[in-house]
Amino acid sequence: MNSLIIAGLLLVLLGLAYQTGWSKSRALATAPINGVKVHSRPQYHGALVAIWTLVPALIILGLWAWLGQGITRAYIISQLPTDILAGFDQSGLNAAVQRIGALASDYGVAGDIAPYEQSAADALRSFQFITFLAIVAAAAGTAIVALLVARARINARLRARNTVEVVVTGLLMFCSAVAIMTTVGIVVSLLTEAIRFFSFINPVDYFFGTVWNPKFSTTETLDYGSYGLLPLLTGTLWVATIASLVAVPIGLMTAIYLSQYAPRRMRAIIKPVIEILAGIPTIVYGFFALVTVGPFLAGLGDMVGLDISATSALTAGLVMGIMIIPFISSLSDDILNQVPLAMRDGSYGLGATQSETIRNVLLPAALPGIVGAFLLAVSRAIGETMIVVLAAGNSPVLRGTPLEPISTITVSIVNQLTGDTDFAGPQSLVAFALGLTLFVMTLLLNIVALYIVRRFREQYE
Amino acid sequence: MTDQQAPGRKQASERTKLIRAGLRRRHLNEQIFRVLGIVAICAALGFVALLFTDVMRKGIPAFHQASLHLTVTFDPAIIKVDPEPVQEAGQSDADYNAVLLKWQRNVAMLNWNKVIAAAMTEAAPAGFEISSKDILTIPETNARHVVREAFVADPSLLGQSKDFSLLASANVDNWVKGNIDRDLPDARQQLSAPVRDLVDILVDNGAITQDFAWGLFTNVDSRAAPASAGLAGAFMGSLYMMLVVICLAVPIGVASAIYLEEFAPKSRLTDLIEVNINNLAAVPSIVFGLLGAAVFINYFHLPLSAPLVGGLVLTLMTLPTIIIATRAALQAVSPALRQAALGLGASRTQMVFHHVLPVTFPSILTATIIGVAQALGETAPLLLIGMNAFVASIPGSPMDQATALPVQIFLWQGNENRNFFEARTSAAIMVLLGMMILLNAVAIFLRTRLERRA
Repeated sequence: MNSLIIAGLLLVLLGLAYQTGWSKSRALATAPINGVKVHSRPQYHGALVAIWTLVPALIILGLWAWLGQGITRAYIISQLPTDILAGFDQSGLNAAVQRIGALASDYGVAGDIAPYEQSAADALRSFQFITFLAIVAAAAGTAIVALLVARARINARLRARNTVEVVVTGLLMFCSAVAIMTTVGIVVSLLTEAIRFFSFINPVDYFFGTVWNPKFSTTETLDYGSYGLLPLLTGTLWVATIASLVAVPIGLMTAIYLSQYAPRRMRAIIKPVIEILAGIPTIVYGFFALVTVGPFLAGLGDMVGLDISATSALTAGLVMGIMIIPFISSLSDDILNQVPLAMRDGSYGLGATQSETIRNVLLPAALPGIVGAFLLAVSRAIGETMIVVLAAGNSPVLRGTPLEPISTITVSIVNQLTGDTDFAGPQSLVAFALGLTLFVMTLLLNIVALYIVRRFREQYE
Repeated sequence: MTDQQAPGRKQASERTKLIRAGLRRRHLNEQIFRVLGIVAICAALGFVALLFTDVMRKGIPAFHQASLHLTVTFDPAIIKVDPEPVQEAGQSDADYNAVLLKWQRNVAMLNWNKVIAAAMTEAAPAGFEISSKDILTIPETNARHVVREAFVADPSLLGQSKDFSLLASANVDNWVKGNIDRDLPDARQQLSAPVRDLVDILVDNGAITQDFAWGLFTNVDSRAAPASAGLAGAFMGSLYMMLVVICLAVPIGVASAIYLEEFAPKSRLTDLIEVNINNLAAVPSIVFGLLGAAVFINYFHLPLSAPLVGGLVLTLMTLPTIIIATRAALQAVSPALRQAALGLGASRTQMVFHHVLPVTFPSILTATIIGVAQALGETAPLLLIGMNAFVASIPGSPMDQATALPVQIFLWQGNENRNFFEARTSAAIMVLLGMMILLNAVAIFLRTRLERRA
């Protein structure tokens, strides 16, 4: 509610400021003083005044958002009677402050309300009301002062446009920094939580452990269970391997046929249809794997006398392979089309058939690019979550066969963190160590893939 | 000469024979290669077809649900309640409200199950032996709420009868649709023998029909009454998230693309940003979920399960897509346009915002829609920020607890009432896929239409 009031107030002020600058500039332009032409168009003056108005108000509001909590806390503590205050330790004090805050905001608290709490809450309520009014008044006041100053500064020579453009460029720059901040956020949050995890568990046990058995035990026993990465890593690799065994031949042959043999019309229809596969949500693949592919494979196994579980690395890998077909086919298609025609025609001129040309000339020339596409697809398969959560069976045991349930890094992240955001013990912190492992693995794969693709592209330019 | 020619001719003919043989082999290889290509394409297309038909085959039945047509008699012998209080002259609003609330509470406390059971017995053929506990397994457990609401809305129904269309319970729905093997022994049947017989009779005399399952779209998820579980809550949650994504990802993405493409000096820093964005596009989605859990929830203490947090996480995921697409669109604008604008005295900013950006509008729009469609289908990161909590209300704001369409699918597929929820899940998938196809169609339509004009 409060934030809505403030936002509304700011919007009204902004509109007012823009209008002020705009009309003053129009006045200047229609009645030039000393024949000086106005430098900027009215909308720039309006925007400049609006900026001038907004900035001081935002600074005040930002300062309050930053410091307000501390000040409110200090006020609450000052309202507590000294004899009660002396009886609190740090956590007791925090609890008391929270209780009073909850009382003041009418959320209600559990248990009986002591009289001192009630009086502190009443005081807090009036304090909050007064500070809210004071902050709004201060923000609005400075904004209006700034508006008047800016209005007074408007004259024909004022280079409003240049200033506005500097501000706009600054905003643009800030927006492009969001991408960097995201990466920094990912790395920092993963690293700090992973380091906390490693303060519980020895990194050697994590990276080389062969048993994955996290225990959601109480902290008193200090038995955290074992957090060996290897079972999850092998599970991940099983799924990625099967997925690429499915996707690479199909994707590559599709790309070859579509780019070399197919008539243009056929290609224009088939290519988008295959690319639908890349746009289907992964939860849909997961459900498909769980309900249709898994039972089908199990039935198939029964027929040939193999013991295949319905949820297994094979099921998940097969379906994930279907998902990454378009990655391989689209990328390979682009790369095959980049091979110079002269090489192809030269091969035809020597009497080679079309398939011989493709196998002996085009594919070797395009090989690095195709390897790059392959790596990108593998990195996609390693990071994919929902298919394996549903269809891989979640059994984190080292296995030598893909026909049985496995678990992967992503599945374990989901299992360890879902519904638990109290990052106190290694049970939930391990999700960040796993996330870091996953991040580094996919990052390396992507870098290598991009490097190969780029290097290859330069060869023919 | 002839002596020498003869072996030569012989050699040549042998060579031709060899070549002919080789050619046959090579042509065969060519054929095999081509067939392999066609097989691969057929396999890929087959997967698409299989996926869609499988989901449709399973999902379409769920759009129709067994409904029970009952005549409910509001028997005063069961509904023992005073007439609805009327506001008397001189009674204050607060007093009247208190009285009304008390009356409503009394109505809620009545045994509405008895009313339903009576109506069911009425519907059964005369002399049919069935206990009232059994008979209540036929309508969905929320049927009594429906009847009660009708009475609260119109208390004059007391002593009269009214026709209701109620949902049958999930087990009855399964039985009617034949999802359950009818020959299973009694111990393994969900419904008792008399109930099964009665349901068959009711289907025959038209009291149970297959009606379109509007509840699938208008209801929220439900655990107590599975047959009434719907997608409305998840749909609103997804809608709020998409709003957050559009409001944040589009301006920030377009702005950063403009900066990188039009303003940024070629320096180490901008190179770094560029590499960064390409890498972000390839980071697994679940890592964004970890970021959301650690930063938005653990550090900033934003509410768990809120569409706002989900929207923020998806925004960060969608940003690279929009930035890369916008940059490509900006690069495609002809330099002549820029130079003409600059030549007429426009500043760099004016050139970009007044001339270059409007031309790229269609491409940016399509990229945005495709990015939003991708975000719409994303599940994994949402699980880590608690959006898989069970929420039985339609979220009123982006700060309320909610779930999302793909997460609802995840929750339903894990439901223990397999026979019923497998179809529900497929139906939900059809809704989700329908929305994605719609979004992509809009994107393609806009691209073809707007680009022709530009």
